[in-house]
Amino acid sequence: MSTFLWGVLPYLCVASLVGGTIWRYRYDKFGWTTRSSQLYESRLLRIGSPLFHFGILLVFVGHVGGLVIPESWTEAVGVSEGLYHFNALLFGGLAGLCTLVGILILVYRRRTTGPVFMATTKNDKLMYVLLGAAIVLGLWTTLVSVAAGSEAHNYRETVSPWFRSVFLLSPDVSAMAAAPVQFHVHAIVGMLLFALWPFTRLVHAFTAPLHYLFRPYIVYRSRDGGTSGNRSSRPGWSGVGTSDRDRRP
Amino acid sequence: MRVMAQMGMVMNLDKCIGCHTCSVTCKQAWTNRAGTEYVWFNNVETRPGQGYPRRYEDQETWKGGWTLTHRGNLRLKAGGRVQKLLGIFASPVQPKLADYYEPWTYDYQTLIEAPLGDDFPVARPKSLITGENTKITWSANWDDNLGGSSAMGHLDPIVAKLNASVRRESEEKVRFELEKTFMFYLPRICEHCLNPSCMASCPSGAIYKREEDGIVLVDQDRCRGWRQCITGCPYKKIYFNHKSGKAEKCTFCYPRVEVGLPTVCSETCVGRLRYLGLFLYDANRVTAAAATPDEGDLYEAQLDLLLDPSDPEVVAAARRDGIPDDWMDAARRSPVYALAKTYRVALPLHPEYRTMPMVWYVPPLSPIVDVLSSQGHDAEDRTVLFGAIEALRIPVDYLAELFTAGRTDIITGVLQKLAAMRAYMRDVSLGRDGDPAIPEAVGMSEETLYEMYRLMAIAKYADRYVIPTAHVERAHELEEIGCSLDFDEGPGMYESGPFGEASGRPAPVAVETFNALKQRQTSDTAISTSPSGALTGRVNLLNWDGNGAPPGLFPGRTDGDAP
Repeated sequence: MSTFLWGVLPYLCVASLVGGTIWRYRYDKFGWTTRSSQLYESRLLRIGSPLFHFGILLVFVGHVGGLVIPESWTEAVGVSEGLYHFNALLFGGLAGLCTLVGILILVYRRRTTGPVFMATTKNDKLMYVLLGAAIVLGLWTTLVSVAAGSEAHNYRETVSPWFRSVFLLSPDVSAMAAAPVQFHVHAIVGMLLFALWPFTRLVHAFTAPLHYLFRPYIVYRSRDGGTSGNRSSRPGWSGVGTSDRDRRP
Repeated sequence: MRVMAQMGMVMNLDKCIGCHTCSVTCKQAWTNRAGTEYVWFNNVETRPGQGYPRRYEDQETWKGGWTLTHRGNLRLKAGGRVQKLLGIFASPVQPKLADYYEPWTYDYQTLIEAPLGDDFPVARPKSLITGENTKITWSANWDDNLGGSSAMGHLDPIVAKLNASVRRESEEKVRFELEKTFMFYLPRICEHCLNPSCMASCPSGAIYKREEDGIVLVDQDRCRGWRQCITGCPYKKIYFNHKSGKAEKCTFCYPRVEVGLPTVCSETCVGRLRYLGLFLYDANRVTAAAATPDEGDLYEAQLDLLLDPSDPEVVAAARRDGIPDDWMDAARRSPVYALAKTYRVALPLHPEYRTMPMVWYVPPLSPIVDVLSSQGHDAEDRTVLFGAIEALRIPVDYLAELFTAGRTDIITGVLQKLAAMRAYMRDVSLGRDGDPAIPEAVGMSEETLYEMYRLMAIAKYADRYVIPTAHVERAHELEEIGCSLDFDEGPGMYESGPFGEASGRPAPVAVETFNALKQRQTSDTAISTSPSGALTGRVNLLNWDGNGAPPGLFPGRTDGDAP
């Protein structure tokens, strides 16, 4: 069982995530959108959505810090286990709480605002269940750790090595199996969420428009997408006639 | 100099009778779909009036367009790049559906299927958003013909501005009493700006300007529904399709324009007030022109961008920049260039937004003429008209706020030209000699005035629409190439993807429109599914080409019926 959960399932989920994303990008660019419902309702969204999104971005950063960076590295720069855990629980807990409050507001809004509820698909509902479960279970692990105080389980000796080992193609099943049950459940739900990711509206996260910071303001594009006349241009990126031309990478 | 071509439009507002044919045909062609029920790529507003969406011109609220930083650089009014990205999770300034209106239909089925009773069945209005019964409180032209303006006229941002600027008691406020007011119609489409702020706002870079003809389009495959363009456009001419989650906008009917046909709104315009043609402009100077420090100079700066297609230097540069010779020829015959630059009677809408809009307007003389004739004056006499243009401040001020960022001298100049044309041509058409003093008074020769008259009053089809076609050698690239199963009603055609109705590959525009039309025209479910079955199999005569008798043309014979 452990072998399946921590040695096989991760690869199935990665395959679904990567393969699904490529497939969706090739097949369904038109459906690749945030599916915003701000047109229907704005007041609750203006509170809930930033709360949720900024919260989950922080949670993401925290997960990267906890899972990817080995304990030995942080100790090498003089961060003790106690200090690390205190920070992780405090900021992780706060970010998680923001995310949870945010998603609760959003789900409440989705259920009570008629047009928004009507625009909710079955796909959305399944996604909300998984996403909400992952957040709640994540907070549960935090709460258990807080309650245990200094006796808290050090996931950086169990979960994190397993996580890294998955990407090194030699999954350390026994390390993960040694973690307490709350981590097991959270990890499984998380993996399922990522497996489902490409097939839900969550894909919009993969096209976070960071390139907006660097692109020219005015976008010219040729009708045929290539060159026109004797001009040479890169499709979509010929910043003609604006000072933004200088920004072109 | 970098010469680029731009398809432009001029609307002669004096001819607009506010019939909304352009809006209706545009909607039929482009936005008659789920998700775009509230969307009018073309709408006609009565001015003074709030417009659609309500008060869209109040940029202190809606933050559309550009402003200048204290260092004189252009900056989006809604904020810089970082600020826009931080606000992406819930767009801070975003019109809600209520600012447009809640689209509705009527429950016509009740009229047919209501059981026999004492009361007449009524078709109740149903919201197209929720499907529930709704109360109609607003629409895209609720204040049509100044409807309700005595109560709500002050909500027009321009009226508010004019009234706020009245300092002395003696100066007049804008009045809405029937006999003291004025009005005209303002049809609006996307401006296909040279410096579009929607494009600059788009985080995904999905909005682009076509190099060949300057038409601004949204790449539906790259749009991710971040909604920043809706804030960015000061004219609020980008709409959010709430079903597909993508931005949509006026396409300048590019599939028609590419083959030399005028846009649907132009083609169907009853007043024949729209002109289509090419502008040539210098793309390298657009940003500098848009950053002109004084708002009042923006109109002149925009005119300066337009290049004279007869100028040998421009011709050489255009050839270097790959503009085909037939396009140069079309540019030389362009009615929009003539009205905007040669005669200088067409003005851009709200140049102060600094987007360099490319749909221009000939301001209406009718508010002034109407006042004069209602007072019993001769509204075609030059001295009377010129005097009235000077005296009737409020219409002139209002037009100046719309078209010249408050410069009344420019508006007065244009109106005087129109008045001069009117007065001069009256003499000519009455068989008298034209008075050369009249064109001279507005700085024109008799010949130019007559040419202007030909273009504006006679306005032959071929003179109104000078549309160079996309090049034949590129025709193949214009086709919407799909897979071999994508033939009409083939297995690959017209299915929804697995993620709801918006997903999957989009159907080519032509096929989509064709199928939608066909479905609508042939579906007659209310009747064919009626329990009695008496009317089943009715055929829509609009689809019948007159050849033979399609099945269902006549009701089926019932048993015992003699032939």
